[in-house]
Amino acid sequence: MSSDQDQQRAYWKANVRLVTILLSIWAFVSLGCGILFVEQLNQISMGGFKLGFWFAQQGSIIVFVCLIFIYVRQMNRLDKEYGVEEEDAE
Amino acid sequence: MSNVQFLTAVIVGLSFALYIGIAIWSRVSTTGEFYIAGKHVHPLANGMATAADWMSAASFISMAGIISFGGYDGSVYLMGWTGGFVLLALLLAPYLRKFGKFTVPDFIGERYYSNTARQIGVLCAVIISFTYVAGQMRGVGVVFSRFLEINVDLGIVIGMIIVLFYATLGGMKGITYTQVTQYCVLIFAFMVPAIFISIMMTGNPIPQLGFGGSGADGVPLLAKLDGLHQQLGFDAYTNGSKSMTDVFCITLALMVGTAGLPHVIVRFFTVPKVKDARISAFYALLFIAILYTTAPAVAVFARTNLITSVEGKAYTELPSWFRTWEKTGLLAWVDKNEDGMIQYRKGAAIDGNKGKPIFLPDDIEGASGERLMKMSDDGEGAFNTATDNENELYVDRDIMVLANPEIAKLPDWVIALVAAGGLAAALSTAAGLLLVISSSVAHDMLRKWLMPNIGEKGELAAARIASVAAVIVAGYLGLNPPGFVAQVVALAFGLAASSFFPAIVLGIFRKRMNKEGALAGMMAGFLFTVGYICYFKFISPETNNADHWLFKISPEGIGAVGMVLNFVVALTIERFTPAPPENVQRLVEDIRVPIGSNEDVEG
Repeated sequence: MSSDQDQQRAYWKANVRLVTILLSIWAFVSLGCGILFVEQLNQISMGGFKLGFWFAQQGSIIVFVCLIFIYVRQMNRLDKEYGVEEEDAE
Repeated sequence: MSNVQFLTAVIVGLSFALYIGIAIWSRVSTTGEFYIAGKHVHPLANGMATAADWMSAASFISMAGIISFGGYDGSVYLMGWTGGFVLLALLLAPYLRKFGKFTVPDFIGERYYSNTARQIGVLCAVIISFTYVAGQMRGVGVVFSRFLEINVDLGIVIGMIIVLFYATLGGMKGITYTQVTQYCVLIFAFMVPAIFISIMMTGNPIPQLGFGGSGADGVPLLAKLDGLHQQLGFDAYTNGSKSMTDVFCITLALMVGTAGLPHVIVRFFTVPKVKDARISAFYALLFIAILYTTAPAVAVFARTNLITSVEGKAYTELPSWFRTWEKTGLLAWVDKNEDGMIQYRKGAAIDGNKGKPIFLPDDIEGASGERLMKMSDDGEGAFNTATDNENELYVDRDIMVLANPEIAKLPDWVIALVAAGGLAAALSTAAGLLLVISSSVAHDMLRKWLMPNIGEKGELAAARIASVAAVIVAGYLGLNPPGFVAQVVALAFGLAASSFFPAIVLGIFRKRMNKEGALAGMMAGFLFTVGYICYFKFISPETNNADHWLFKISPEGIGAVGMVLNFVVALTIERFTPAPPENVQRLVEDIRVPIGSNEDVEG
């Protein structure tokens, strides 16, 4: 039982670490690149876009989708690794 | 009835028949099915349903137009309304699914072992949902009136009957499968015109790429648009006019608010497993992103096209779509300098009647044949006045999506499709919201509080009656929109951001968070946010400008501050009050791991 609890505690730690990393990226691309540093990034032009503007209207959304995808894959891996995976539905 | 209208009526009629068919097929007989579709929804279907649930009449009809007129400022909606899904997927959805009950107030009530907490939850859920649903019903009426020339009120009544049918019969199950169909209708209807207008403007069939492309003259579209804007005295399209602090706060408030909206959260209760909740959040954002990355491209195409085809042109030589939309009142021209040419500049062209045009009878035409507005006081109600700037053109921002098929010279059936798409977007969101209201009333107020002995059958009947009542109230609000509806949308997001989101996140991520802390936090966030918004919107609207705002933050962005306040208050009070009981701490440990998610749900 207690080893079960240790496992679950370690699982939770790994989970929180993953979420922290992903949310830092989330904040960096949207609130960072799309808003706070938008003027500096707008000095750079790429493929017809000013870069800051691109992050605000396209880039951040694309990154968001990728972030959730990575989260899903990593969590499924963690579930297995720490033996907390769900049993199959009835 | 014109050809277009006939086609529209047929396509809209077919889509409605489909929704009703699904309702009959998915009748339910238990509360578990009524509230959360018995947890049998496939994650892919849930992703589509969530996307339709989330994308409202505003996303479909108005968002591209808002971006088109706001340029960079419009980014707050793009980032805010998608960024929230990252928070939802990473911080809320999997844990709330593991919790495995029916409603958001359910979680708040059990996690904070308090009926008061549950009641605050019900209050917030009902305020948020009614605020939002009134706009959806209005949206239904507006689509009917524009495309079918049916009276707005009749349109709302038709919409009410359709929603009533599938929400009451099928509950969450009916809503889910109609939302899946509605997603398909609305995304197809949005993308087809977008693809054609992208080809027309840039030669690239993918709008997201055409967005950064160049026109026939080789100049990048965005650079060209910035140039046009500066020539005509507008702010540069890619720069915007809001202050950075305000853009930051509005974006954050919309993100957190999105994650805290009960009708979106509850969708993740409907899938079989925790794993499915995670992956369906991914599908949901993917499906939403298709529309949300296209909208800013459409905004630029439509804006450039509008300016280049009308500015400086003689009225008599304008393309035919101008007259079509002039007829609907979405475009209007007042020839201030009487040169017969259209001058499009910064500033409102007309004043009076809240800036909306009022037209004289159709048989009175202006010197160039244009539709004339009522520019003098004839003693019979409101009238317009010309403003003293040079701008002569009134453009309703909704036209950016509605007129696209015609501007791109697409066949009539595409126009009909856009009508069906707008209706699908509005109806799907309305249904999701109505379910939140009915489950809050039947489950959280009656079963868990006022009438604990109501029983399964009684609760289901109560839920159905509550949803009928909610439809009627929503319809009433749509028919008689109180002047403040448009202004209180900020309130829905602000409330969700400052009350629900922190309470749920702390409930999952901080095991020691107790009743005292959470309640104090919710009250502080709620009162601060509601107070700030009400002060600037109702009590003292004349001071609603950057000089008077706290830290230069507009009422739209204040939810971000309310959220921070909630967190700070909750964590401070928690420090000085006892830890939650043992069984609650065990509950928190339990929702943190996926294992054991299939245990039976008891109401």
